[in-house]
Amino acid sequence: MIPLSYYLVLGAILFSIGVMGIFLNRKNVITILMAIELILLAVNINFIAFSQHLNNLAGQVFVFFILTVAAAEAAVGLAILVLFFRNKRSIDVDDINSLNG
Amino acid sequence: MSVLEAIFFLFATVLVVSAFMVITARNPVHSVLFLVLSFFNGAALFILAGAEFLGFTLILVYVGAVMVLFLFVLMMLDINLQRMREGILNYLPLGAAIAFVLVVEMAMALSTGSGGAPVIGGDSALGGPEAGNTTLLGRVLYSVYLLPFEVAALVLLVALIAAIALTLRHRPETKYQVPGKQVQVRREDRVRMVDMPAEQRQPTTGEEKSAES
Repeated sequence: MIPLSYYLVLGAILFSIGVMGIFLNRKNVITILMAIELILLAVNINFIAFSQHLNNLAGQVFVFFILTVAAAEAAVGLAILVLFFRNKRSIDVDDINSLNG
Repeated sequence: MSVLEAIFFLFATVLVVSAFMVITARNPVHSVLFLVLSFFNGAALFILAGAEFLGFTLILVYVGAVMVLFLFVLMMLDINLQRMREGILNYLPLGAAIAFVLVVEMAMALSTGSGGAPVIGGDSALGGPEAGNTTLLGRVLYSVYLLPFEVAALVLLVALIAAIALTLRHRPETKYQVPGKQVQVRREDRVRMVDMPAEQRQPTTGEEKSAES
């Protein structure tokens, strides 16, 4: 049987890879979105490991809702990305400065 | 090391390696494909932990829909790959340092926990043989979590409408149909009856064609 800590360490490694991906790919918004998907996968692994460990289905239900919201987030994010590329001809993070924030 | 642990390590290794390739691949299409590979391994780990339904949902929804959407957008956009790779070495030390700190922090938090490592994947009541994981999840989802379930459907609907509304564009030069005018059209607007006397057939063909047209 697999110890719980294996799953948690795997989730931590995946989360860190996702965070590193956000720092690394500053020129490409699509890769940043993919890094966010990796982070969500790490969170889902943690939820499922704890759901199985605590013998409680609430964690799996939560993963279900995370999948739903992540799909919605990817759809809207990619739509915004397409719109941005149509206006600026680029998907560089440095070019997203129209609001001067 | 038991067989289950060996399977876990196999999937976990491929998952970590492919996740690392996602963020370092030169071509964004390759990174999407590596993300597909990592989602397959993540689904295998879900199934290993007893969550069969979510494992298959991850494959169907993520690999089948979201990743295809990513690929579609990626291939639709004309991205300058050379410019995209600029400055990755500038951010590498900062990113690696932050990732290292995160891993060390979380490993410390995990190692200082309970002494005996808890074990999952045993003979828990969730994955029992009398009712599968899908049955139990569905039973809970349609009774206790019914309202959040409906709200999730609403979220998907809002995202659908938002994505379409964002990417829809009205070009001034495009010709559109106006259904109201199409319905309101009368016979007199389209058909004009012309009264013409019948003509005698002529032996010369050239004049006949011009007369008919």
